[in-house]
Amino acid sequence: MNLRRLFLILTPYAWLLLFFLIPFVIVMKIALSDYAISIPPYTPTLDLSAGWEGIKSFLSELDFENFSFLASDALYYTAYFSSLKIAAVSTVLTLLVAYPIAYGMAQASEEWRPTLMMLVILPFWTSFLIRVYSWIGILSNEGFLNQFLLWTGIISEPLAIMNTQKAVYVGIVYSYLPFMILPIYAALEKLDGSLIEAAEDLGCSKMSAFWLVTFPLSIPGVIAGCFLVFIPALGEFVIPSLLGGSDTLMIGKVLYEEFFSNRDWPVASAVAVVLLLILIIPIVLFQRNEQKQREANQ
Amino acid sequence: MNRRFSWFNATSLTLGFAFLYLPMLILVIYSFNASKLVTVWAGFSTKWYGELLGNEAFLSAAWVTLKVAVISSTVATVLGTMAAYVLVRAGRFTGRTLFSGMIYAPIVMPEVITGLAMLLLFISLGLDRGVFTIILAHITFTMCFVSVVVSSRLVTFDRSLEEAALDLGCTPFDAFKSVTLPIIAPAVISGWLLAFTLSLDDLVISQFVAGPSSTTLPMKIFSAVRLGVSPEINALSTILISIVTVGVISASLISKRNIARQRADEQKALQQ
Amino acid sequence: MAQQPGTRPVFAPWNDPDQKPLIQFKNVTKRFGDFVAIDDITLDIYRREFFALLGPSGCGKTTLMRMLAGFETPSAGTIMVDGVDIAPIPPNRRPVNMMFQSYALFPHLTVWDNIAFGLRRSDMPKDQIPARVEEMLRLVRLEKFSKRKPHQISGGQRQRVALARSLAKAPKLLLLDEPLGALDKKLRQDTQFELMDIQEKTGTTFVIVTHDQEEAMTVASRVAVMDHGKMIQIDTPDRIYETPNSVYVADFIGDVNIIEGTVAEAADGKVGIDWAEGQRKIVAAASSDIAKGTRVHFAIRPEKVAIATQEPADRANVIEGTVHDIAYLGNISTYKVELPGGRMMKAQVANDRRIARREITWDDKVWLSFTDTAGVVLLN
Repeated sequence: MNLRRLFLILTPYAWLLLFFLIPFVIVMKIALSDYAISIPPYTPTLDLSAGWEGIKSFLSELDFENFSFLASDALYYTAYFSSLKIAAVSTVLTLLVAYPIAYGMAQASEEWRPTLMMLVILPFWTSFLIRVYSWIGILSNEGFLNQFLLWTGIISEPLAIMNTQKAVYVGIVYSYLPFMILPIYAALEKLDGSLIEAAEDLGCSKMSAFWLVTFPLSIPGVIAGCFLVFIPALGEFVIPSLLGGSDTLMIGKVLYEEFFSNRDWPVASAVAVVLLLILIIPIVLFQRNEQKQREANQ
Repeated sequence: MNRRFSWFNATSLTLGFAFLYLPMLILVIYSFNASKLVTVWAGFSTKWYGELLGNEAFLSAAWVTLKVAVISSTVATVLGTMAAYVLVRAGRFTGRTLFSGMIYAPIVMPEVITGLAMLLLFISLGLDRGVFTIILAHITFTMCFVSVVVSSRLVTFDRSLEEAALDLGCTPFDAFKSVTLPIIAPAVISGWLLAFTLSLDDLVISQFVAGPSSTTLPMKIFSAVRLGVSPEINALSTILISIVTVGVISASLISKRNIARQRADEQKALQQ
Repeated sequence: MAQQPGTRPVFAPWNDPDQKPLIQFKNVTKRFGDFVAIDDITLDIYRREFFALLGPSGCGKTTLMRMLAGFETPSAGTIMVDGVDIAPIPPNRRPVNMMFQSYALFPHLTVWDNIAFGLRRSDMPKDQIPARVEEMLRLVRLEKFSKRKPHQISGGQRQRVALARSLAKAPKLLLLDEPLGALDKKLRQDTQFELMDIQEKTGTTFVIVTHDQEEAMTVASRVAVMDHGKMIQIDTPDRIYETPNSVYVADFIGDVNIIEGTVAEAADGKVGIDWAEGQRKIVAAASSDIAKGTRVHFAIRPEKVAIATQEPADRANVIEGTVHDIAYLGNISTYKVELPGGRMMKAQVANDRRIARREITWDDKVWLSFTDTAGVVLLN
């Protein structure tokens, strides 16, 4: 009985320790090392055969040089700020697009709702890469959007959207829309209809009933949706690589290039560590929001 | 919610779903375009499908991807179900907080970080990068999704069912096998499907941990797409989209039918 | 206990010193962290008994039962079944089966497979299992439903499947956790008698947990009233009702008038209780000697209080009051009478005539009366 329990706990535990936690310790360690033209391309390396002395000399050579480098080089802090800005702006845009859809779904009749729900979830099962790719043909200079706008005569020159930040916004809103719709819909769907009737009975107009009753009660869903978009958008790599241009600095892309193009592992690791530190705040806030919701539901 | 479906609701739903589906619809339509220029329609043709099927590189990448996805999602389902069981049922043990942290962290972790960390681990372990390392990485990040799906089912699972099984003479393992598992099977299956899709889909982590000889389909698509739109990729996307659409629609039809049948049964039982 | 008239031997193994109890709790305590769920309980339950654990939710009755089933282990003390300490025996090896409050029917198995579930895991030869399942289905009258799944039958039928499943292995002891809690009132009453019938037929010892005092009184040979992890009183239903040992039990079981007072005189097994300024003392029989000046509670059931428009002559206790409220309940009527000083007392009268002669109505001056043996004097 107890042996079985031990086995049950230890198997997934050991797996996660080995393949998830230890890798982060390694990242941390390499972030404190120096770049070197060697294999592996960093120094110092831990030499356990030298015993305690080896460990000591290894530890003494670790330093925070890479982090001060990140702080001094404009490329990095601009990339962090621009990632934060892009993630924040696209989160707000996603919310503006998602709320009316979620509201419409919640107002739809009982027999339609599962179908609508399926329609929202379906893109989620489709390849992320393909969904981002589908916008290249639309947004490019000779793409469908420009063809359409030129045809209608709204514009006379093709708009330059592709390879700009605008395309990145479109890509993020499009890719993460289901993550915003679903929690808002969940909050609106369980809203008791008699609350709105009560508000109107007490003298609210339809509009003010929405702002005074419906919207405040959907806020937990809105918050959850915002985090679900903001957190992955911050470290996004595929969307800026495919839709963004040279002016789009996002930290995920910087990390990738630092590692693969410059082969500077220590700086790439330091970039990862800082990104992680930035992410901890929204993740903790998100967890607390979820916790509060769970408690409120009990 | 108050059911007052208005013109506003209808408009926002129409526009919203048009936004969600139009890009993919265009992709599908233009995969049948005869022209190499993807934005100019030049008549119906299936030639890109033919070329795709003749493209060895794509086919072998698809095969690698499928192999990785089947193996990793299966192992991830076993590990993820165990982890879910530990989270919901094992009660207190040392390091529980760390354990639940490690379950939830990979879900919100940017893929570039997970990929980088995994790669550095494989290098320091001296593992040759290839299909095997991709599988290890995919198991690790998908098992967390499985365990979230399964644990949300386990939380609502009536514990007295397990106790009844023990009471009637089951060993704990027998109780899990003959009572718990059959009942949570739908959640375990959706966990597997989720892990499978995530693995099929993954680009960034694979990009980090793959070796020179192991290319997955998303990696192949990514390198092709960086050069711009290509009709072959449109054809490939159409195939993938159709598979998913058929899969999701049939799954939801099956569950709809099951719910309807269940309701009818309950109605019948009440009338006796 | 007084010998009842008639020839049928009374089933009362708890009065027979030669009887060995089937279950013995010896100084059992159960703590959950700081919370004491079971507080030093000692209890014997005998073979073929239908034993009820009665108390409000959170009183520890379910914990007591779960310790018997093996889902909880005592923090201190021992539990013996048939003279064997069951602490080291896991739930799946105990000669005890349980019927769960939620029934815990396996939703993926048919009625037949649910009942066969335990038998397949016992040492019963495979070829005997079908016969045993059929026998159980007959016992609970569900032969026609054997191929159904649990969600395809009604609540009452599910309850009977759960009963059949837990009885199939012929356990020494059957535990029933609020077995009728999910049924509506009418069905519950029918099922109570069915349960007693099945208990008698199978000869199994039943321990039932319930918060419904009527249910406990109906089915049980003995009732244990629990509160805050302690046993308050263990006795037959009639004695629990007629001679509660405490205010808690008197109040928990049925309707009761409780009057607080001070013993003013005590002699010949009777006490006089001062209970209100300017009122005659209540005279009541008291079993033990109670010293003068003791604070006591006098408890009397409403149906033992007579109500009249004229002062009765030959009753030991007579109290004057005015009718405050009348509740007509069909078979009985309850009068709520305001006594001098504002205290209320209830009197119950059986409506044995079809048309009630409403000779007593609101604000009427009435006399309440009762004999000196009608109520009990309680010290705590």
